Amino acid sequence: MGVKVSLSVSLGVVLAIVVVALVGGEVSTLQPVFGIFVPYAAFVIFLVGFIYRVVDWGRSPVPYRIPTTCGQQKTLPWIKQNKIENPSSTLGVIGRMILEVFAFRSLFRHTKAEMASGNIVYGASKWIWLGAILFHYSFLIIAVRHLRLFLEPVPFFINGLDLVDGMFQIGAPTLYLTDLLLIGAVSYLLVRRLIVPKMRYISLANDYFPLFLILGIGISGVLMRFFIRVDIVSVKELTMGLATLHPVMPEGIGAIFFVHVALISTLFAYFPFSKLMHAGGVFLSPGRNLANTNRAKMHVNPWEYPVKIHPYEDYEDEFREKMKEAGIPVERE
Amino acid sequence: MYDAWKILVGLAIFLGLFTFAFWMNAGKAAPIPEPKIDTPEIKKMAEAERKCVEDKHFMRTTHMQLINDWRDQALRDGDRDYINKKGKKYVISLQNTCMKCHSNKKEFCDKCHNYTGVAPYCWDCHIVPEEEPKGNES
Repeated sequence: MGVKVSLSVSLGVVLAIVVVALVGGEVSTLQPVFGIFVPYAAFVIFLVGFIYRVVDWGRSPVPYRIPTTCGQQKTLPWIKQNKIENPSSTLGVIGRMILEVFAFRSLFRHTKAEMASGNIVYGASKWIWLGAILFHYSFLIIAVRHLRLFLEPVPFFINGLDLVDGMFQIGAPTLYLTDLLLIGAVSYLLVRRLIVPKMRYISLANDYFPLFLILGIGISGVLMRFFIRVDIVSVKELTMGLATLHPVMPEGIGAIFFVHVALISTLFAYFPFSKLMHAGGVFLSPGRNLANTNRAKMHVNPWEYPVKIHPYEDYEDEFREKMKEAGIPVERE
Repeated sequence: MYDAWKILVGLAIFLGLFTFAFWMNAGKAAPIPEPKIDTPEIKKMAEAERKCVEDKHFMRTTHMQLINDWRDQALRDGDRDYINKKGKKYVISLQNTCMKCHSNKKEFCDKCHNYTGVAPYCWDCHIVPEEEPKGNES
């Protein structure tokens, strides 16, 4: 698929969801579909799909240690081991996984190859790491902040998070820093795919789609908070109905809310089928979660069975008479 | 499944985190806040005059932006006149206009703000109105 097709398909699907929700959100008989049924269905698909994918990975045997090693492995006592990049113990693996999951260490190690006066030179390139970590942590804070709509009374730590996120008190309601960071970071990740030729070459519709989707979620949320305002009390009435399993559909919530919800529902439902599953996959990556004990320990292939063998002694027993007739020498008479 | 208990512990944590809100709310009803508009000042008004500066839907959704604009207009530009959508003139003042009718901060403002986890910074500068010690009749 060319870049134009990938882009127009992924952007087209996102825009179609926006239009459907905009139109459906205005029709009062359809509101329960967009406000209650779609979110519940998406959430169930997400949970079941996520667990299915993880169990499926768990059932796949990984008989040998295949960690990606990028440091000195454990060897002679006077050679210093790199315990994080080439772990030989569970503790090292845990350290490596914590750095990977919380600090995106493998992205941090990203380098860029460039030609400098006729030589190829590898230099540090932290932009992708910065964009990714800003995006992920902003998204996490935004998701946790949204619990204020799903919990009653609102716990103190969510109120605290809200205050910190809006600490500059810009406008009313206050501008959230994570809103800016999320939209900025996702835009960077999108633009990077579009303007770097190598990135554009390897990017597919399923790379662009989540970026457009998350950008749509961010933009619709910001629009709803600052520009096309909705009654937040009615919104919480709806979300609390969902969270207490007694769904209600309050009247008078603007269509922009249904756009926001439809895009989030799409993200939830799409999640288990997509590259977004790296959220669960990072924990099950044999390249990260195995210690490099290839030679230090015995690793047995779990599907190994006793192999049927036919040694020469048996062969001779089977064909001794025929061999004698043909004049072939035999070892035992 | 290989390393089954590790994966199951991970999945249990995943499920627990994502269904957190359901467990916290299990068996609880979530009553909708009903801000009270029965202050003496409002009761004094005739039924037809009981109107806020703008219509109900606008006030519900956008009062915070209105109040924010009021602050900028009154304190930064020194202009305390507000003409509403119907052409009626109001004096821009939180204490003397908003709080004149809505003198019951605890029963009015706080109801929805607490419900939705909003902490407006009005009271960083303005004095929180005294309410309760005056007895029942006020």
